[in-house]
Parts: sequence; C-alpha cells; structure tokens
Amino acid sequence: MTNTTDALIPIHHHPHARPGVERLSRLMGLMTGAEKHSPAATSTLDALWVLYDRVLRVSPETVGDVGRDRFLLSKGHGPMAYYAVLAAKGFLPEELLTGFGSYDSPLGHHPDRTLVPGAEIGSGSLGHGLPLAVGSVLGLRAQGLTEPRVWVLIGDAELDEGSNHEAIGYAGPAGLEQLHTLVIDNSSATYGWPGGIASRFEAAGWSAETVDGRDHEALYAAFTAPHPGRPRAVVARVEPKNA
Amino acid sequence: MDTMRDRFISTTSRLLDEDPRLALVLAEISKDGFQQAQRRHPDRVINVGIREQLLIGAGGGLALTGMRPVMHTFASFLVERPFEQLKLDFGHQGVGGVLVSAGASYDWPAGGFTHMSPGDVALLDTLDGWTVHVPGHPDEAEALLRQAVAGDDLVYVRLSLQSNAAPRPVAAPNGFTTLREGREGVVVAVGPMLDNVLAATEGLDVTVLYATTVRPFDAETLRRAASAARPDVVLVEPYLAGTSTAAANDALATLPHRVLGLGVSRRELRKYGSIDEHLVGHGLDPAGLRLRVTSFLDR
Repeated sequence: MTNTTDALIPIHHHPHARPGVERLSRLMGLMTGAEKHSPAATSTLDALWVLYDRVLRVSPETVGDVGRDRFLLSKGHGPMAYYAVLAAKGFLPEELLTGFGSYDSPLGHHPDRTLVPGAEIGSGSLGHGLPLAVGSVLGLRAQGLTEPRVWVLIGDAELDEGSNHEAIGYAGPAGLEQLHTLVIDNSSATYGWPGGIASRFEAAGWSAETVDGRDHEALYAAFTAPHPGRPRAVVARVEPKNA
Repeated sequence: MDTMRDRFISTTSRLLDEDPRLALVLAEISKDGFQQAQRRHPDRVINVGIREQLLIGAGGGLALTGMRPVMHTFASFLVERPFEQLKLDFGHQGVGGVLVSAGASYDWPAGGFTHMSPGDVALLDTLDGWTVHVPGHPDEAEALLRQAVAGDDLVYVRLSLQSNAAPRPVAAPNGFTTLREGREGVVVAVGPMLDNVLAATEGLDVTVLYATTVRPFDAETLRRAASAARPDVVLVEPYLAGTSTAAANDALATLPHRVLGLGVSRRELRKYGSIDEHLVGHGLDPAGLRLRVTSFLDR
C-alpha cells in the first residue's frame, strides 16, 4: 500500500474486508485532516458499513418513509465514521464533511438529527439510544408496521448506563423482535463485563452473538441471523481503545 | 367527586378508543385503572415496569414514529428522576409528548418527601417550549388533557388531589381569567390554590386572576391588570415559591412594580400528616395567605 491517506490498517488488513470501505478513509480525512485515524474513531466503521451497505433497508430516497429501517446512533462520540458512511451512501453531500464541527456546519462532534440528513436521533449523552429504539419499535408495532427493523449502536462502556439496562430488561420479555442492538466492544468499560456482554442480553431473553467487528462476513451473518420472537444483540469486538 | 387522576384514567381510556395515534406509557403507577384500556389496546397501553428512564425514552421513540405518547407516573419520578431524558429525548430530538403526573407537592403527606415534587414546574422551566397546565378541578383537568392530546407539542399536565370546589371554564388559548377587579394590587391564583386565594382576599380591593396554564405565561393579561391597579403583584402557586416570579417580572419589565412569589417553601418540612396541615405549614391556607398578602400590600 503506497497511498498513506488510505491507511485504515484494521480494515485493510482484514482478510474479509470488502471493497468500498476504502472511500470511507478518504471521507474521514476530510473531517479530521488526518491521514490516520485512532481506533476510537474507526471502531464503528466496519460494522456501520456492513449495516448500511448490505442490511438496512433505507436510502436517501426513503428516509421519510414510515416503512424504512431505522438506524439510531446512540454512541454519538466520534461520529466521523457515521458521517463518512452517510456521505458514501448519499444521505449527505461530501462537501459538508470539510466543515465538521464548525459554526455553520450541520455536522457536530455529536450528531443532531434536526441538522444531519438521514440521522434518526441526536446523540452524545450516553444511554439514550436504546430506550428510544425500544419506543420506536413500540410505535411501529402499534401502527401495524411489523416489517421495519430498528437498529441501535451502543458502545461497551455506554452499556454501563442504567437506562440501557432498563431497556434490555424490558425488551427481552416484551419480545421486541424488530429491535436490534449492535454493541461495539473496544474494551473501554472500566470494570469490563465479566461473563461477556452477550450473556447480559441473553439473560434478559435476547438472542445474542459475539463476532469479530472487523470481519465483514461475520458481521453480515450475525446481523441477518433469524431470531424469532426475541430482540437481537450483536457484540462486535474490535481492538481495545487504549491498545 | 372523582379525583383528577380518576378523570385522567377515564378520559384517556376513551381517547385511546378514539385516536389511533395515541399511546399511553406507564411505569406501574395507575396500571390497575388502565387494565381495561390495556386489554382493548395492548399495543398502545404500555407498562414498562418500574423504569422511569425507559418510560421517557420509550415515549420519545414512540413520538419519533409519529405516535402521540402520554407518559404517566408520580411527579417525582416523571419529571425529576428522568430529567435528562425529558431534555434530550423530546426537546433535543424535536418531537412532542404529553406528561401527566400525579402526586403534586404533597398529595400523600404521610408518604414523606420522597413522594413530593414541589420543584417539577421550576425544573421544566429550564427547558424550552413546554406548555404547563395546572388544573384546579377534575373538569378542568379533563379539558386540558383533551387539548394536550390533540396537539403535537410538549405538554405537562400537573394533577393533584388538591381541588377547588367548583370548576371554571377552560378554553384555548389558555390565558389567565379575571375573576375580580380591584385597585390595591393583583393576586394570581394558580390551579388548586384558587379557593384559598379567594377566601384570603375576601373584602380586599384587589384584582384576582386565575391561571390553569402557567407556561406559556399570560404576560398580556397580567400587564393589563397591573396597569389598571397598583402594580403590586402576588403569585400564589401550588408548587415551589417563586417559580413564576421571573415570568411575572419579564411581563412587567416596562412598568415599575413589585412581585411577591408565594408557594411551597424550598425547605423540607419533614412532617407527615395531611394536605391541609402542609398548606398551613407553607402558609398557603386562607389565614396564612391573607397575612402575607396584606402585609405585602400594606408596605
């Protein structure tokens, strides 16, 4: 590899990385001005790409449709990968990326749904996305919309927030099959999750699986596995934040 | 007579039959009253268990899909406990919803301070765009609730066991009602404080205004009343004293004036007993109010 602006090492070195993500590195560079990105900034990148590229049934043309799939970015810190994916998929124009964080830019260091095309929620404070996702599933179900799926992305340290445990403890017994939680595990929770993150979801009645968060095929398989009558959690393990 | 909370249950149960957009989110409190409604509308009457953060977050999610959520529990657990959820899952997301509380400032005095929420309206005051209804009678509660459910905005309906003997007409746009006109000052009675205010001001030459909606604050009516009388204004609120003092001062900014904010004191009484005893404890009974209103106006 000679072009250092494409130096997203974890993605490119993975045997199961797919073409298409190379663009994302360049798009992230427009925001950060950096040639390389910290693991924290890219921890979500592969999982987001697989979701938007192959799983979510939503496009710039259908962002207003009631029947669309919803993706809620709860982990609003370090949203560059999210913005890059939205730009790559045409939800927002690439030109916006260069203004990242500036006064007149719609793209802040935490996303605001009223400013970012395609963003389902504004986030930044931890522990809001999963309860909002639970309510979104309830709202869809109450309107007879059983097809749309709701995805929410949280971090392993974000899982510390009690609000998430309120949501996990409710969604399992309530059988919210349309609900999907993607946990990006970069080992950033101070006390960790003895017994594994997936076990917490399983104990609450969820279907759960842990995969390599850089392996696109493994992510895709975990994202699309059937889970009748139960919500689904996918724990995507990536390099430790402080490694 | 039924209580405001009884009326909330009967009215909301009917509204759920009529309006497919409406969803009710509970956290155990009042679930017995809604059993029938839950059987009829299992997808729209949702009890999340004793989970108040989820109560509000799930309400926000329902609103994101176009539903009109009504969220209900005791005021302490509805407004104070999940306050950041109210701030972020509604206002910041740009969606609306209806909060309906019970318990108020001391509806269950024997329960102690854990179940008292005199600061709820002041707390919501730190957020933008909330309409705050403080009905003084179950009939008023029903009318205000129906208004709240029909809209799309952010509404708090504060229910209480405290009630005036008779209802007053409630009609949008929810301005203050002039009940009596005088020259020596203006007294604003909020919701269930009205009967005590009327008794306390008996024979005084003051204007009495009645408010069942305090946010938005009816600056125009207060300004007009204060211009027509001596511009000494007393606010009598059934929650934290001074909650609306800033709103009144803003309303009277162009007029030299004085404002006295009466209500529940910040200091914990650490007393049990009855509602009436707490009214006396906070000086909100007719005798206590009269003493404080007259000494303010006599100065």
